[in-house]
Amino acid sequence: MKPRRKQRLILVSLLIAGVAVAAGLALLALQENINLFFSPSQVAAGEAPANTPFRLGGMVVDGSVRRSDGSLEIQFDLTDTANSVTVAYTGILPDLFREGQGIVAQGSLGTDGTFSATQVLAKHDETYMPPEVTEALEKAKAMGVQ
Amino acid sequence: MSQNPDTWLTRFHRLGSPPSFYRLAGILMPFIAIICIALFVAGLYGGLVLAPPDYQQGESYRIIYIHVPSAWMSMFVYAVLAATSAISLIWRMKLAEAVARASAPVGAAYTFLALVTGSLWGKPMWGTWWVWDARLTSELILLFLYLGYMALVAAIDDRRTASRAGAVLAIVGVVNLPIIHFSVEWWNTLHQGPTVTKFDQPSIAISMLIPLLLMAGAFKFHYLYTMLARVRVEILDSERRTAWVNTLVTSKAS
Repeated sequence: MKPRRKQRLILVSLLIAGVAVAAGLALLALQENINLFFSPSQVAAGEAPANTPFRLGGMVVDGSVRRSDGSLEIQFDLTDTANSVTVAYTGILPDLFREGQGIVAQGSLGTDGTFSATQVLAKHDETYMPPEVTEALEKAKAMGVQ
Repeated sequence: MSQNPDTWLTRFHRLGSPPSFYRLAGILMPFIAIICIALFVAGLYGGLVLAPPDYQQGESYRIIYIHVPSAWMSMFVYAVLAATSAISLIWRMKLAEAVARASAPVGAAYTFLALVTGSLWGKPMWGTWWVWDARLTSELILLFLYLGYMALVAAIDDRRTASRAGAVLAIVGVVNLPIIHFSVEWWNTLHQGPTVTKFDQPSIAISMLIPLLLMAGAFKFHYLYTMLARVRVEILDSERRTAWVNTLVTSKAS
C-alpha cells in the first residue's frame, strides 16, 4: 500500500474510533435518561422522580384488572416479578392490553402509592405465531399441570 | 505481482473503471429485475395470503412484511454508504463515490418507509403513533443522517470535493448503526426486541418467517437494481466529456 493511502487509512480508522468512543461516553453518561420507563422495583427503591410525571413499565398481573361499571375507569397492578404498583386509568386501552401483557403507563405517583396514568401503551413482545400453535401450547401446558 | 495483463487484480481494476462498470451493470440489470419481481410476488403472496394470522395481533401483524425488510435495508444501505465512503476517501476510487451518492436517496426512502409503517402499526397496537424511545429515535437520526449527506453533497458544486465531504459525514454517522440494532437490548424501550436477528432460534413461526425472508431478498434486489441504475446515470453525468460517452450517445442517436 502506498504511504499516502496508508496515511489516509489510518486517519479514517482514527476518525471512526474517535467518534465511537465519544458516542459511547455520551450514551454511558445518559444511560438513565435513555430508558423509556421505570420498573416497579425502581419505584419501590425511590429512584423514580416524585411530583413529576414519568413512565412506568411492567407486566399486568393476572386477575388484577378491575373495571368499574358505566365508565372507562380501570385499575390494575403492574409487576416486574419482584415488586408491583397499582395503576389507575380512565380511557381507551390499546388492542394488545390484557393480563400478562407488558405495558408502559405515563402518569405520576400519588401519595397513597397508586400510579394515576394519563396514557397507557402496550408493549408488544417479539413472538409471532399462529393461533393454533398457542392453543396447542396451552393444551400441552394444561396436560403437564394435571 | 506479475505484469501479465490478465491477473485477477487487473481484471478487478478494469471492472472498477467507469466504462466497463457501466456496461456490466447494463447486462446484469434485467436479470436482477426478474429475480426482484419473482421474490416480491412470492413474498407478498406468502405473507398476505398463505401466512396464518398472529395469535395476538390477528391480521395487523402483516405490516412486518414491509416494515422489517425496509428497516433492515435502511441499515444495510447505510453500511454500504459508509464502506464506499471509506474506500473513496482512502483510494480515491471514482466508482465508490458514485455508489455512495447513488445509495443515499434509496436508503433514505427505506428509512422513511420503516418509520411510516411502524407508526401506522404503532397506533392500533401500542396505542400511539410515536414514542421517543431509543429504537425509534435512533432510526429517525438515521433518516436525518441520510438527508444531511444528500444536502451536503448537493451543496458543493465540484463533484469530487462533494463526495469527499459527504464521505466524512457518512463515516461519522456509522456509530449510529450498532446503536439502532442494540437499542432494544441496552435500554428498555417500547419497541420489541429482535425476532429474527439474534443468536437463538427466531421467535416467529416458520410459516411466517419464510415470506419475511423472501421479502427481505426482494428488497435487497430492489436496492441492487435501483442503485445500479442510479450509478449508471452518475457515471454518464460525470464522464459526459469523455470520448466513450460521446460515442455511446452518438451511436444510440443515429
